[in-house]
Amino acid sequence: MEAKDIIKPENLVYQKSRLMREKTFNFCPGCGHGVVVRTIAEVIEEMGIEHDVIGISPVGCSVFLYDFYNFDVVEAAHGRACAVATGIKRVQPSKYVFTYQGDGDLAAIGTAETMHTCNRGENIVIVFINNGIYGMTGGQMAPTTLEGMKTTTCPRGRDVKTMGYPLNITPLLAQLPGVCYVTRHSVHTPGNVRKLKKALRTAFENQRDKKGTSIVEVVSNCNSGWGMTPKQANEWMVENMFKKYPLGDMKVDGKIVMDMNAPR
Amino acid sequence: MAKFQGAITVDNERCKGCELCVSTCDKHVIGMSQAVNSKGYHYAYMEKPEACIGCTNCGVICPDGVISVYRVKVEE
Amino acid sequence: MEEERELRLMKGNDAIAEAAIRAGFDAFYGYPITPQTEVMEYLMETDATARTGMAVLQAESEVSAINMVYGGASTGHRVMTSSSSPGISLMAEGISYIAGAELPCLLINVSRGGPGLGTIQPSQADYFQTVKGGGHGDYKLLTLAPSSVQELTDFIPLGIDLAFKYRNPTMILADGALGQMMEKVALAPQRPRLADYPDWATNGTPRGKERRYITSLNLLPKEHELVNIRLQAKYREMEKNEVRYQEFMCDDAEYVIVAFGIIARIAQKAIEIAREKGHKIGLFRPISLYPFPMDQIKALAENPRIKGFLSVELSAGQMIEDIRLAVEGRKPVGFFGRQGGMVPTPGEVEEALYKQFNIK
Repeated sequence: MEAKDIIKPENLVYQKSRLMREKTFNFCPGCGHGVVVRTIAEVIEEMGIEHDVIGISPVGCSVFLYDFYNFDVVEAAHGRACAVATGIKRVQPSKYVFTYQGDGDLAAIGTAETMHTCNRGENIVIVFINNGIYGMTGGQMAPTTLEGMKTTTCPRGRDVKTMGYPLNITPLLAQLPGVCYVTRHSVHTPGNVRKLKKALRTAFENQRDKKGTSIVEVVSNCNSGWGMTPKQANEWMVENMFKKYPLGDMKVDGKIVMDMNAPR
Repeated sequence: MAKFQGAITVDNERCKGCELCVSTCDKHVIGMSQAVNSKGYHYAYMEKPEACIGCTNCGVICPDGVISVYRVKVEE
Repeated sequence: MEEERELRLMKGNDAIAEAAIRAGFDAFYGYPITPQTEVMEYLMETDATARTGMAVLQAESEVSAINMVYGGASTGHRVMTSSSSPGISLMAEGISYIAGAELPCLLINVSRGGPGLGTIQPSQADYFQTVKGGGHGDYKLLTLAPSSVQELTDFIPLGIDLAFKYRNPTMILADGALGQMMEKVALAPQRPRLADYPDWATNGTPRGKERRYITSLNLLPKEHELVNIRLQAKYREMEKNEVRYQEFMCDDAEYVIVAFGIIARIAQKAIEIAREKGHKIGLFRPISLYPFPMDQIKALAENPRIKGFLSVELSAGQMIEDIRLAVEGRKPVGFFGRQGGMVPTPGEVEEALYKQFNIK
């Protein structure tokens, strides 16, 4: 059959979620942010909660999140997304609230807000993109930057003696009783994207069932910051980032399920 | 056993030429155009349309969501 | 029918909390800091949540608290925080964001002596921080300065209603004395919490409606200037409609003391003493510190009978600059102030006036 005979509405099996606005992403070509942003929209569409959800966009590469979705979004100051989410959730407990944050936003300037929101077991979903760098500001060191990794503020590689160690924050957050679900995923293959989608679904269902805080971490690439093509970046990520930030569930339904003391 | 045949459409103007769909497609259907869009990006297209089985992997992996996938069942 | 008010003898901080509950607030997000911690303690003690469903939450810092206020405000609910000087400094970024995103909320500063850790005694040295800026960018806080526990409670419903009217934070600039002192207060009856919210509020996009978003970001200079022009227009409206002040014995006054807050009451006493000695002194009390009563002070300065002004403040002299702007050199403007938490006696104020204008 000719392609033109196949391309008919009744044969459509996949397309961008209708909850995505017709706005081109500001992300660099091949950036994982785009996939995560779209996957969240797919989950919200399939759960039919677009009229009851409020997203919180951070400062960082995803700072324009509020312009990408066909549902309500509130822009938070850098690092404050979890506090903004708390402020909303406490006056609108029946609404779904999720934050979308990068590693600088969540694990550097926003550490206290993140830690205490999780410690209160705030009934929200935290989507945490870990690409080991500050992308929007042009590639500086982040808390999750790996030892020896080069960035514009550690051009000779991260020296842990003077610049601190890569901060693996989600296992720390998993220790907090208020946190019910902590899982780590990636979007460099379709299989992993589908697993992420299932994890996001679980996270939003946890929120619906008031089980406490759900954290979905996504280890992702930063092509421009790492100075690689998207394909190379994904390969480098698997080789290096996954060693320090292994994928998989860390806490499910309030129970730790990953041996987090395994040497990294 | 029923076989599937698929096809994709690409929003040429919004494709950023990241090529992730090219390496993701294990049927090697997708190639990058010679022409460039108004942003100067080469965009993805079906280089070998007949090989497409409509598995949606390219659509799922595309960071900008510019690929839509169609699929029909064809009898052997 | 005149609304039924309940009389009570209350500490200022407790009165703030009680007034907030009765004003139908939806949330208070705060953090402990002397001299205003009793506000949150009272809300917890009286179990505000059980009384009206109001959310009360102690945050991990003032930085977090003000961003919780930002979140609550973005849903069009009545939200507030209270803190004191160092805490307000920590909130400056959040306050700038709230003004930039045009969100309504109520802020209360029970000021204490600064700079730095300073003291826990009363001060008015946050005047500049409150009316001239505090955070980054061109924005203004509609600022009300109570001088009694009664005004402290009355300004709470008024403050949040003005915040919604202008979609801008309102600041109540009180001080440690007002927060800690006890006075008789007539409490307004309970008014209901809001049941529906403005169209701009992000509570989940209603069916068939366009999504909403709250942000203070705009990278396009042309557009961002328009945002700023819109904000400035709002402040001009405030300057037109929201000036509040009180005059005491200015009708025949030859000298006028300008003072706000707790110091206005001390100045009033000094004036009464001076009047007994035949000196015609009046008091001009700004109640709105922003918008500052420029025109009213200018009118006094243009009055040939009035020979001079004295600004009395618990600071090194901050409001005096706005008084001078209003007076524009027509008459001399002197200053008397105490710092470090020292509060002058009426006698000291009286002496300062005589010295300033060498009255025998």
